[in-house]
Amino acid sequence: MAERIGVYVCHCGSNIAGTVDVEEATRWAGENLPGVAIARDYKFLCSSLGQALIRDDIQEHGLTRVVVAACSPHLHEKTFRRACANAGLNSFLLQMANIREHVSWVTRSKEAATEKVKSLIAGAVARVQHHRPLEPTPVPVNPHTLVIGGGIAGIQAALELADAGYPVYLVEREPSIGGHMAQFDKTFPTLDCAACILTPKMSEVGQHEHIKLLTWSELEEVSGSIGNFKARIRRKARYVKEETCTGCGLCIEKCPRKVVDEVFEAGMGYRKAIYTPFPQAVPKIPVIDPKSCIWFERQRCRACEKLCPTNAIDFDQQDEILEVDVGNIILATGWDLFDCRRIPQYGYGRLANVFTSLEFERMCNASGPTGGRVVLRDGVTEPESVCIVHCVGSRDSHYNPYCSGICCMLSLKMGHLILEKTGAKVYACYIDMRPNKKDYEEFYQRLLEEGMLFVRGKVAEVTDVARTPPEEGKLIVQVEDTLLGKQRRIPVDMVVLMGAIEQRRDARETGLKVGISCSMAGWFIERHPKLDPIATMTEGIFIAGACQGPKDIPDAVAQGAAAAARVAGMISKGTVMIEPVVATIDEEKCSGCRICNNLCPFNAIDFLDDEKVSRVNAVLCKGCGTCVAACPAAAITGAHFSTEQVEAEIDGLLWDAGGDGEPAPTDQPELAPAATE
Amino acid sequence: MADKGKLAIYWAASCGGCEISILAINEKILDVAAAFDIVFCPCIMDTKARDVEKMPDGTIDVCLFNGGIRTSEQEYMARLLRQKSKVLVAFGSCAQEGCIPGLANVTDRAEIFDAVYCTSASVDNPGRAVPQTETRVNGFLLSLPVFYDTVRTLGQTVPVDYYLPGCPPEAPRIWDAIVAILEGKLPAPGSVIGAQTTVCDECPRQRNEKKVKAFKRTWQIIPDEDTCLLEQGLLCCGPATRAGCDARCPRVNSPCIGCYGPNAGVQDQGARLMTALASVIDSQDPAEIDRIISEGIPDPVGTFYRFSLANSLLRRAAKVPDEQRHELPLPKAAGAQE
Repeated sequence: MAERIGVYVCHCGSNIAGTVDVEEATRWAGENLPGVAIARDYKFLCSSLGQALIRDDIQEHGLTRVVVAACSPHLHEKTFRRACANAGLNSFLLQMANIREHVSWVTRSKEAATEKVKSLIAGAVARVQHHRPLEPTPVPVNPHTLVIGGGIAGIQAALELADAGYPVYLVEREPSIGGHMAQFDKTFPTLDCAACILTPKMSEVGQHEHIKLLTWSELEEVSGSIGNFKARIRRKARYVKEETCTGCGLCIEKCPRKVVDEVFEAGMGYRKAIYTPFPQAVPKIPVIDPKSCIWFERQRCRACEKLCPTNAIDFDQQDEILEVDVGNIILATGWDLFDCRRIPQYGYGRLANVFTSLEFERMCNASGPTGGRVVLRDGVTEPESVCIVHCVGSRDSHYNPYCSGICCMLSLKMGHLILEKTGAKVYACYIDMRPNKKDYEEFYQRLLEEGMLFVRGKVAEVTDVARTPPEEGKLIVQVEDTLLGKQRRIPVDMVVLMGAIEQRRDARETGLKVGISCSMAGWFIERHPKLDPIATMTEGIFIAGACQGPKDIPDAVAQGAAAAARVAGMISKGTVMIEPVVATIDEEKCSGCRICNNLCPFNAIDFLDDEKVSRVNAVLCKGCGTCVAACPAAAITGAHFSTEQVEAEIDGLLWDAGGDGEPAPTDQPELAPAATE
Repeated sequence: MADKGKLAIYWAASCGGCEISILAINEKILDVAAAFDIVFCPCIMDTKARDVEKMPDGTIDVCLFNGGIRTSEQEYMARLLRQKSKVLVAFGSCAQEGCIPGLANVTDRAEIFDAVYCTSASVDNPGRAVPQTETRVNGFLLSLPVFYDTVRTLGQTVPVDYYLPGCPPEAPRIWDAIVAILEGKLPAPGSVIGAQTTVCDECPRQRNEKKVKAFKRTWQIIPDEDTCLLEQGLLCCGPATRAGCDARCPRVNSPCIGCYGPNAGVQDQGARLMTALASVIDSQDPAEIDRIISEGIPDPVGTFYRFSLANSLLRRAAKVPDEQRHELPLPKAAGAQE
């Protein structure tokens, strides 16, 4: 045991020391664990004094390995690696034992916690002896950035980067950028016209010299890692030549096929088979939807082709795959609205005058299907009373436990618009009002003054079955008014459901493509919920806007800008240091069975046909260990996670476990008296 | 011939195939005979344990020990031969890793006795008589070795110098080992004398990236002769099995069953094989994966641990609470002979 190991146990104030007998664990480690030259406890090891303690010990006592028992390595591994490096010790000769998240925060018994800490320290001490010095590899960062999603968050991120002079690919699956914001009429609490503040940004994106706009396109596949991703993007056939089309709109005007627009108009309006979703679309180049086009249906028509003044229609176009090299990727994929049909007692889809929030947004919009008039489903009658139902699919353990965050303000905005446009009576049934940001509370007060009626209670049912003559022909909202302590039946002409903000239905697949995961509720998981909400556990992949959690416009914009700032910082630095934790294949042991070949999520394994062995590309390898586990010949070793290291750690963890009940093999056969025959 | 070495060949819980395999080195057996006096080999010579007991410790230069340790007598012989041998070789899969006899570690003595002596279709034993360790007949005490609940490997019983894998070890590999012994070019004690890679390395079939939609059993398809058998859905253990046999089974269109044991550096062959196969199943749907496995691999233990159960991490199915052990005392040593 040639290594001299320093063991440092952190109190973390009372975070650890409140539950763990830190002094006892430290004393025990110093006296019992082989190789430990010095064992100390300290109030806050992450403080500069704590780090100095480790640094000085390395230099004065000639430590060759360091074990820090403290918080999660996610938080402070870098700190302690730096402390080692400052003392001239290779930073990979450090091992952390997580005795806070894994022990003190999840254990009540002081005795049990202290025993567990001993085991974790013993495991770390056993493991660290097998550590090898490793050096991070510098890798150049490609200055191009891929932004997925052309909503307001993606637009903001793209513009920030492009304005800084860095090239951006902006991918949007719909024919135009703009996202949900483009569907809205007004924005809360200032009541700005959404289009008025959004469309300047959209056209800036469309004309920016550093933005390559890829609409009607979807991300297919991503390989590589930070600094050097390769992304495959499917450019869906538009059937309109982008370079020739002038966006005159004649084709749209002349197209004889009209279909319900389920996406942009939320089912409230129509579009043509060749269309742009809205007049200010960017780009203004239309697409042909082959599912509704008469030519694709029965090989007739081609009116658009005949009438196009620039011959831009091309019915033979095929999907194309574009491969781009980028250094970083920002996901700003946005949100989907809760399917209100999932709550049948609210009647959406069954009772005509129950609307979703998005439908209502389109109705309010001056360029929407009703020209901005608030009317019942018949398209004519103005409602005399409207009830807005909050928390439809949010704050509900049957659907989504979380608060969608924006619906309270959305409801206030809608209340204002209804009052302004119709003079109808407006009720809002809420669980709690949460107007909790700048100028939001003031807006709530304004609506109280404007005469919007607030009923505190979760709606039980929306029905058209009347019990009394005044209820005849109305929708009745059944709700317990918890302030009055009474059941109420509110007859209204129109009901608007504030559906929950949900993660995109295909977010998990998108996450898999770039190597990030989703939380239980579906949102993309950030690196740290408080201190790093933009980054993810995969380096070089950032998230912005509602794909990270429900957000209003200012928050989405802030995140878009923040993600761009992170990326810009990385690009201007020029290189990133890649963790040297990579897999290597022992070519003597590799039999070329090729089991590992299609497992690598980063496509880092190549099969060499001539040598008949597989090889890991260290630049692409992220050290995930998938191939290491899968290799049936044990030919693949993960640096910093070798079998030797892992087994030593397990042995250490089980220091107090009894043997397996097997008698130990006798080293020297016991020499007993000769057997009598 | 005073400087001839002394060779012992012994069998414990094994089938006798290892002895036959030694003879399969053909006329080279004459070279063995020229170099060694075979002092103990119950399979081919009339030698008794008592002859060995009388030898001074360390008399035998090389002992090739095949078979696992299933009874107290086998355990005694292992300890005795260890005492009398300078170099003890665990010869073949049984001695190295338990092999087919080791598969009985999914059960225990009571169940084995019940199956063999009572419930087997060909047995008529209404009194349920099963072998006893001691029986008194006409005033005389008859004894049988204790039948253990668990088959152990030689290495789990006594310290072993070298391991020679295979069921049985291939004749050329036996000859390689004999040459190494004769020329004194042995690796570090405790190591396996064999290749450092797996059967795929010796297999001539074309290998591609693997995606398996269904596992087939050997009687279900006649495989294509040129493509990797695993890619055709046959559960070939080749990727996880040490090379040395020259891919004998795959060359005759039959999947490797894993008899050469795990590759160097692998502790648990079955676990390796399982993670490898889990990696090539071409489905993301848990129900479909379940179906692929349950339809294609009806006997997982017998498939993944056919040869290595006794030497696996778990060693046996579940611990027998009061497993009986019976250590016979060894004879008093005479002075070791140079």
